[in-house]
Amino acid sequence: MVKIPRQKMREQDPSERIHNFSEVALGFTKEMAEIEAQRCLQCGDPKCVNGCPVNIDIPNFIRLIKEGNLLEAIRSIKDYNILPAICGRVCPQEIQCEEACILSKRWEPVAIGSLERYVADWERRNQLKECPDCEAPNNIKVAVIGSGPAGLTCAADLARFGFDVTIFEAFHKGGGVLAYGIPEFRLPKEIVNDEIETLKMLGVKIKYNMIIGKILNIEDLKEMGFKAFFIGVGAGLPSMRKIPGMNLNGVLTANEFLTRTNLMKAYKFPEYDTPIKIGKIITVIGGGNVALDSARVALRLGAEKVIIVYRRTEVEMPARKEEYHHAVEEGIEFQFLANPTKFLGDDKGNVNRMEVIKMKLGEPDASGRPRPIPIENSEYIINCDTVIIAIGTNANPVLTKSIPDLKLTKWGYIEVDEMGKTNLESVFAGGDIVTGSATVISAMGAGRRAAKSINQYLRSKYL
Amino acid sequence: MPYKILKKNQLGDSGTLFEMDLHTPLIAKKAYAGNFIIIRINEEGERIPLTIADYDRENGVITIVFQVVGKSTLLLSHQNIGDELLDIAGPLGNRIHIEKFEDPIVIIGGGVGIAPCYPQAKELKQAGNRIISILGARTKNLIFWRDKMASVSEELIICTNDGSEGIEGFVTKPLRELISKQKISLVIAIGPMIMMKNVAELTSGNEGLPRVKTFVSLNTIMIDGTGMCGGCRFPSKDGEIHFACVEGPDIDGHIVDFNILLNREKRFAEFEKQSYDLYKKKCKKFDTQ
Ligand SMILES: Cc1cc2nc3c(=O)[nH]c(=O)nc-3n(C[C@H](O)[C@H](O)[C@H](O)COP(=O)(O)OP(=O)(O)OC[C@H]3O[C@@H](n4cnc5c(N)ncnc54)[C@H](O)[C@@H]3O)c2cc1C
Ligand SMILES: Cc1cc2nc3c(=O)[nH]c(=O)nc-3n(C[C@H](O)[C@H](O)[C@H](O)COP(=O)(O)OP(=O)(O)OC[C@H]3O[C@@H](n4cnc5c(N)ncnc54)[C@H](O)[C@@H]3O)c2cc1C
Ligand code: SF4
Ligand code: SF4
Ligand code: FES
Repeated sequence: MVKIPRQKMREQDPSERIHNFSEVALGFTKEMAEIEAQRCLQCGDPKCVNGCPVNIDIPNFIRLIKEGNLLEAIRSIKDYNILPAICGRVCPQEIQCEEACILSKRWEPVAIGSLERYVADWERRNQLKECPDCEAPNNIKVAVIGSGPAGLTCAADLARFGFDVTIFEAFHKGGGVLAYGIPEFRLPKEIVNDEIETLKMLGVKIKYNMIIGKILNIEDLKEMGFKAFFIGVGAGLPSMRKIPGMNLNGVLTANEFLTRTNLMKAYKFPEYDTPIKIGKIITVIGGGNVALDSARVALRLGAEKVIIVYRRTEVEMPARKEEYHHAVEEGIEFQFLANPTKFLGDDKGNVNRMEVIKMKLGEPDASGRPRPIPIENSEYIINCDTVIIAIGTNANPVLTKSIPDLKLTKWGYIEVDEMGKTNLESVFAGGDIVTGSATVISAMGAGRRAAKSINQYLRSKYL
Repeated sequence: MPYKILKKNQLGDSGTLFEMDLHTPLIAKKAYAGNFIIIRINEEGERIPLTIADYDRENGVITIVFQVVGKSTLLLSHQNIGDELLDIAGPLGNRIHIEKFEDPIVIIGGGVGIAPCYPQAKELKQAGNRIISILGARTKNLIFWRDKMASVSEELIICTNDGSEGIEGFVTKPLRELISKQKISLVIAIGPMIMMKNVAELTSGNEGLPRVKTFVSLNTIMIDGTGMCGGCRFPSKDGEIHFACVEGPDIDGHIVDFNILLNREKRFAEFEKQSYDLYKKKCKKFDTQ
C-alpha cells in the first residue's frame, strides 16, 4: 500500500491562475480519493488523530471513503469538526495531522486534508447537508460575539445542546478572517457562506453591524436575557514597527490590503466602489500566511513583480508549506534573511524604494526559532512602489475595554482556563483573542471547548 | 432591514449639503458627541464614516449631515425618505471628554464640519460651559444650522472667505482675536484638514499667542472603524502611529503631523475620480431616459 504514491490535488496552471481569483487547488477526483484512502494503514493506535487539534477520527472517515460510504464519512468528520471544507483547505496539515501520520516517518503521509476536503465538497456539491441532531430547545439565551471560526463553532455546538444562540458580528458579513483575510483563490467565499447557512439551519441567529462594546455591552445583553457569553473577536490591531517612512503613501498593512480586496471586493473596482492601488513592484514584509496571501493577491491584481522580504529563512516561515510552494510556482520572489530599515519616497510622498539590512540566524528566541541578527553595514536598496506590512497583530481593545473587570494578559489578550472560562462568571472566550494569531482549527477547538463548559455552567445553574 | 431614512433636507441652497434622519434605535440610545457611524448604501458600496450630528434617543433617530464630494456621498444624496441603507455600524469612536472648564470653550466648524460641532457644543454646554462658536465656509450658502448652533452658544461668529456673511476671511481670524483678548480653556476645530492644521498651529503657543489645548476631529480614510485594518492610521509628530478610529476621532491637534495626513488623504484620488465620473455618466443616462 505504502508504495502507492501520495495523490496530489489537481491545480490551476500557475500561468493562468495568476490572472484570476478562482481557486488554485481543484481537489481530488473520485479515483484519486479512493487511491489515497487505500494508502492509510488504519493504524490501531493512530498517531494522526493526536496531531489534529480537534481529534477527528481520521482512520474511520478514511475507511468509510474506501468503502464508498461518503455520507457516513462526512458524518464521522462532523462529529469533531463542523467546518471540514474549510479546514481541509487551510489547516497547516504538515505540522498537524499529516506530520503525525505514521507514514510521514519514511514515506509521504496520507493526504488527510485533501481527503477531508473531498468529502466535504462532495456533500456540498450534492446538496446533502443535513441538519445535525439537536437537543430539545431549552430557551436559554447565549450570546456569541464574533463570527470567526471560534464563534461559528461555539454557536453550532451550543445550538446542538439546545440553547437559543445569537451571534453578534461587527462587520456586515460573517466568517471573520475566513471572509476578510483569506483570499477567494484559497478559500472560496461561497463555502464560508454555506457554513453560515448551516448555522441558520440549527436556529442560530446572526446579527451584523453589531460592534459589541459600542452598540451593546455585556450588561445590556444581560438585560436582554442572555445568560452566558462567548467572546471570539479575533486579534485585529495590525502591529506596525516604527520604521522611518512608514507613513508614505503606498505603505499599507496587510489587513487593509486584504480587507479591501476580499471583503470589499476591490478587485472588482469600479463595479464595486472600494478602490485598491497597486503598483508595478510590490514588496511584502513578513513570512506567515498573511504575507503570502497578500503577495499572491497583489500578483492577481496586476503587479509585475512581487517580492517577499522575510527576516529568517524558508525553514522558519510560519506559512503553510503548500502555499509557499504555490507562491514559488506563481513567480513570487523571496528575499530571506532581510529586514527593512527604512522606506524612501519621491517628492509626492509616495514610496519608491526601501532599504533592508541582511540578517543572520542566532540562538533560538522565545518562539523557539533562531533569532535573526542584523549584519552590520549590509544594507541594500529594493525598488518598489507598494509595501505591504504583514508582521502580525496585537489584541484589539474595543470589546475588552468595555468589560473593565475582565482579566487580560499584559499584552491585552483575554485570560482563560483550559475550558475557555474567563475570570468573570458566565463569560467565556477563545480563538485569536486568547492565543494571539493562531490557526482556524485551533480557534475552532477553543470554540468547541468553551461550548462544552458553557453547557455545563448553564445546566448546573438553570436546568 | 431596519435602517430607514426618515427625513432628508437640503441645507442652504448649496446643492451639495444634506441632512438626513435615520431610524437606528440602538445606536441612538448609545450615541454621544464624538461618535460616528459607518454606512454601506448597497452591496457594491464602500463603507463610509459619517459623524452622528444629533440624536433623539426617545424616537430612536440619529441625524447625519454630509457633503457630496465623491461617488458614495453623491449616491447617498440620491436616496430618499423611506429608502433603506444596507448597513449601519456604530456608534464608533470615543465620546469627547466632558468637563466643566473655568474659561469659555471655542468651537470651530468649517463647512460640513459644522454638523459634528453641534453635539459637542450641546454636551459641553450641558456640563455648564460657556461656548463661543465660530462657523466658517467659502460662502454664505454653505453655512447651516445657525439657529441650532446659536441655541447652544453664548456667542456665534460667522466667517466666509468671500465676505458674503459675517467676517471676511478664515476662521483663524476671529480665533486669533479671541485668544489674544481673553483666556480660553479649550479649542475644538472640526472641518477640512487644512483648517484644522491652521487652527492647531495658531493655538500651539508658537505664534506669539498663548498655547490653548486644541482638539481636532480626524476624518481619515476608514474601512472597519474598529482598529482592525490600519487604514485610518496617522502619525504623531514623535513618529508614533495612531489609529483615528479607536483613539479618536477627536485627537489633541498639537500631536498630529498634518502634513503627512494631508498627503495620505490623497492616496486614492485617481480612483475616487474614476468612480465618481462613471457614476455621474450613469446618472445622466438615467436622467435622459
Ligand atoms: C490573511 C490570513 C490568512 C490566514 N491563513 C490561515 C491558514 O491558511 N490556515 C489557518 O489555519 N489559519 C490561517 N489564518 C489564521 C486564522 O484565520 C485565525 O487564526 C482564525 O481566523 C482566528 O479565528 P477567530 O474566530 O479567533 O477570529 P477571527 O477569524 O478574527 O474572527 C473574529 C470576528 O469577530 C468580529 N469582531 C471583532 N470585534 C468585535 C466586536 N467588538 N463585536 C462583534 N464582533 C467583533 C470580527 O469582525 C470577526 O468577524 C490566517 C489569517 C489571516 C489574517
Ligand atoms: C470619523 C469621520 C467622520 C466623518 N463625518 C463626516 C460627516 O459628518 N459628513 C461628511 O460629509 N463627511 C464626513 N466624513 C468624511 C466622509 O466619510 C467622506 O467624505 C466620504 O467617505 C467620501 O466618500 P465619497 O465616495 O463620496 O468620496 P470619495 O470620492 O471617495 O473621496 C472624496 C474624499 O473623501 C475622502 N474619503 C474617501 N473615502 C473615505 C472613507 N472611507 N473614509 C473617510 N474619508 C474618505 C478622501 O480622502 C477624499 O478626499 C467623515 C470621515 C470620518 C473619518
Ligand atoms: S481538521 Fe485540520 S488537522 Fe484535523 S484532520 Fe482535518 S486537516 Fe488535519
Ligand atoms: S497515522 Fe496515517 S496511516 Fe495511520 S491511521 Fe492515521 S492517516 Fe492512516
Ligand atoms: S478604520 Fe480600520 S483601523 Fe481604523
